Amino acid sequence: MGLVPSKWVLMLLVCWLCKNVNSSSVAQKIYVVVKNTVPCVRLLNATHQIGCQSSISGDTGVIHVLESEADLEWPLSKGPNPPYMVLLESSLFTRSIMMKIKNASSRVAGVAVVIPTMSPPEFSPHTTCPNENTGVYSDSYGPDYAHCNTTVWNPRGNGLSYEEFDFPVFSLKEDNETETIKQCYVDHNLVENGTTPQYPLCALQLFSHMSAVTDTATCMRRNDVINFSINPEMVCDPLGDFNVWGTIRPYNKSELGHRDNDSVVIAAARLDSRAFFWDVATGAEGSVSGFITLLAAAQALRDVTRESPPTHNILYAFFQGEAFDYIGSSRMVYDMEKGKFVIDLNNVHSLIEVGQVGLRNGSELFLHTDPVSRMNDSINDQVKKLVTNLQSSNAGMNVSLVEPGVSQPLPPSSLQRFLLAQNIPGVVLGDHRSAFNNKYYGSYYDNAANLNLHYPDNLTTEEQLEFVTETAMALSDVATVVARALYKQAGGNESQVNNINADPKTVTQMLFGFLVHANNSWFQARIPPDMKLEASPPNFYVGIASPLLAHAKTLTKIVQYLLANLTGTATNLTQDQCKKPDDLPDESEQMHSYFWIRGTFPTNGTANNTLCVRASVRMSQALSPAFDLREFASKTYSTWTESRWKFIEARMFLVASRDLEMLTLGVGVAVLFTSLLVTYFISIKADVLFSSVREPASAAY
Amino acid sequence: MTLSVFFGCTFIAFGPAISLFLFTIARDPLRVIFLIAGAFFWLCSLLLSSLVWFITVQISNKESSSQQKGLLIFGVVLSVVLQETFRFGYYKLLKKANEGLLMLSAEETMPISIQQLAYVSGLGFGFMSGAFSVVNILADSAGPGTIGIHGDSQHYFLSSAFMTMAIILLHMFWGVVFFDACEKQLWWALAVVISSHLIVSCLTFQNPQYVGSLVPTYIIMFLMGFWAFICAGGSLRNLKLCLTCKDKDFLLAHTRPR
Repeated sequence: MGLVPSKWVLMLLVCWLCKNVNSSSVAQKIYVVVKNTVPCVRLLNATHQIGCQSSISGDTGVIHVLESEADLEWPLSKGPNPPYMVLLESSLFTRSIMMKIKNASSRVAGVAVVIPTMSPPEFSPHTTCPNENTGVYSDSYGPDYAHCNTTVWNPRGNGLSYEEFDFPVFSLKEDNETETIKQCYVDHNLVENGTTPQYPLCALQLFSHMSAVTDTATCMRRNDVINFSINPEMVCDPLGDFNVWGTIRPYNKSELGHRDNDSVVIAAARLDSRAFFWDVATGAEGSVSGFITLLAAAQALRDVTRESPPTHNILYAFFQGEAFDYIGSSRMVYDMEKGKFVIDLNNVHSLIEVGQVGLRNGSELFLHTDPVSRMNDSINDQVKKLVTNLQSSNAGMNVSLVEPGVSQPLPPSSLQRFLLAQNIPGVVLGDHRSAFNNKYYGSYYDNAANLNLHYPDNLTTEEQLEFVTETAMALSDVATVVARALYKQAGGNESQVNNINADPKTVTQMLFGFLVHANNSWFQARIPPDMKLEASPPNFYVGIASPLLAHAKTLTKIVQYLLANLTGTATNLTQDQCKKPDDLPDESEQMHSYFWIRGTFPTNGTANNTLCVRASVRMSQALSPAFDLREFASKTYSTWTESRWKFIEARMFLVASRDLEMLTLGVGVAVLFTSLLVTYFISIKADVLFSSVREPASAAY
Repeated sequence: MTLSVFFGCTFIAFGPAISLFLFTIARDPLRVIFLIAGAFFWLCSLLLSSLVWFITVQISNKESSSQQKGLLIFGVVLSVVLQETFRFGYYKLLKKANEGLLMLSAEETMPISIQQLAYVSGLGFGFMSGAFSVVNILADSAGPGTIGIHGDSQHYFLSSAFMTMAIILLHMFWGVVFFDACEKQLWWALAVVISSHLIVSCLTFQNPQYVGSLVPTYIIMFLMGFWAFICAGGSLRNLKLCLTCKDKDFLLAHTRPR
């Protein structure tokens, strides 16, 4: 090439050096991925499917920010560009709006809910009568009490969690991403009075296609097909996790079934909770208040049960999966019935369950009992003794224990599953006389604020950890009452009772860890060195069952280590000895569990305080017996499963009008036909058109 | 956007090229072979220029946007230069191949003339160039969204498709003119081809002012098309004859016994 092209090149370079050159990929120009979203997923049980479903290639809808219930008219009937993606503020996330949207689902592609940081005045997506079909009350046992005929436990419940929606519902946080979405709506979709919005319009696409359909029996049958199909894919998984249980006198874990002359007082609490959206359950009043109280009571009882052991053994049981038709407690009862647990039902002396105890009105704490079992005189006497033990345990405490005045059934509680199997005297402690005091039962808003957990400003994380809140004081009073009553019920020495006191410091540290900040020094010191904790509170959703102990939920593991720490003893074993204690003459893995824990919060330069803790604390599988028995349509056991999915995403983009798209297609087809015609014409007439050929002899056509 | 946009843009971008292929090239296996070989040569030039660009980008300062812009311009210019170099190389290769084919074949005349080779190789370059320009964009056009959420122009897909159609046709015209200039040793014609290629490529830096890049490109395309028509043996007289349907008389009148 000569000088001329290089001159051109230089000129061009100079001319265009200041031009704006952008080299991003095309997909980045089109889509904005919304990252901080939580979907609602599909759950199935013996008869129904609940939750949300999207189509396999996502559901796209033009964004419409709903301003009021009357504004629903626009997406449901008036709007000219269906389908719509309705964006709701949480105050509009009500049953009536969701049902209207559900009935008009051809015009609505999906719903996005903006979850605020401040809770609404009340919101409970759970049903009004939780676990009504798997409790003890049925047509044959206390028919007047079945299905909440006497007392509606959760009157604020709107049942949204148990509805089936065939469009996706996602939740968004109140952050910059949501602002971007609303800004896009304002820029492109907002309609002035009378005019229709012009294309291109801002749209949102939600992907949350669920593989499982109909009910658990169908999805488990489809799971079984994987043995025969070329492309095996499971479609659902049963819900479940592990129960944590511990005793004050150890049991040999290989001696299962009935124990002669052994009588055990069971102290129970539930661990889990649920919310409308997947995997974001917080359960402050619903479960945390109960199990923290029980853990504090276990700590209070440690010393006195060693110095003056009571006659009966005490078993602390923390059940997982109770929110889903009593997965944990039904499993433990089943194991006891089949002789697969260290004790059986005939060894159970009585049961005290700590229910929702965080929101007391004044000083009253209610003792719920089962009126049907009390028709039996001996049970009635034992229950009365139990109630007396409880009522006399409140010396010096700001707790007055009251029985609810009316003949009232038990609230939803694990005791109901024990009563289904055997008539056992039992009491459920609760802060509510009849309906729950909890305004956010089974909801994402059941958080620290619901328990009135407030810390003064300007405290560091460590200072907040140590600060004893009023909630902690109240709960530790309840824990003291529970501990004393358990000791008395187990036949302990009466003179020692008033020495039993729960430690408010422990209670406040646990409250902080489970509801505010899990990665704190108190928790860190009591868990193994290789276990990692997130800063945010643990997730209280029971999740998918796994047979491996190592895959237990973080919540379950933390509770196990805490129970071990609060009821066990520190030993001098080294790490290797801790892993294999059977090598030593005095230690036995059959009788105890051995945990290697960190000892102190890891900071630079401090000595390593890791130690081995020996405790009689174990985990037992909490998987519904329906799955072992393969009775997937069981009416008595929990049959909850969670669907599987391929991927879940939300993204935002602009959509063009149908007319422009059709025009593009039309132009394309026109160009194609024109070029076909012209080319045909040229190729036919090529002889004539290209006849003035410069090389006459070598023409070949 | 959706499937309708996908098909619309595909037809716009590849419509003329497909119809040319169907009616003029598909029947003759020799032409198909040379088309594919031409496409391969373009691919080699792209490989080389992308290698150079990749290395320079890795060496450069990724933070400085002006340096990246400069690098992009350099990359475009280098790519154009390499494409034309490979076109010249393909011409040399075809000349040698033609002599060889003539020796092997039983007939006296060459099975394929150099003008036809020019046309076929140009179209091959065009196909491959068009594919690389637009297939990536077409893939994203099949989704539900259209460009615009970050403020870019909505007409991206349409203008890319029209640009690709122009580029494919331009490659064909450049091929014809280039080979003709090489045959007749008209170096100024070569320079015009290369410089018009550079102009068209650099016009794309005008995007997103699509009018500014498409209109001049189409003007250049029509001019080059006319020049290629002349080089290939056409003339205004022939065109008039064809269009007024006097061609049969013309052929009859001018057929001489050979």
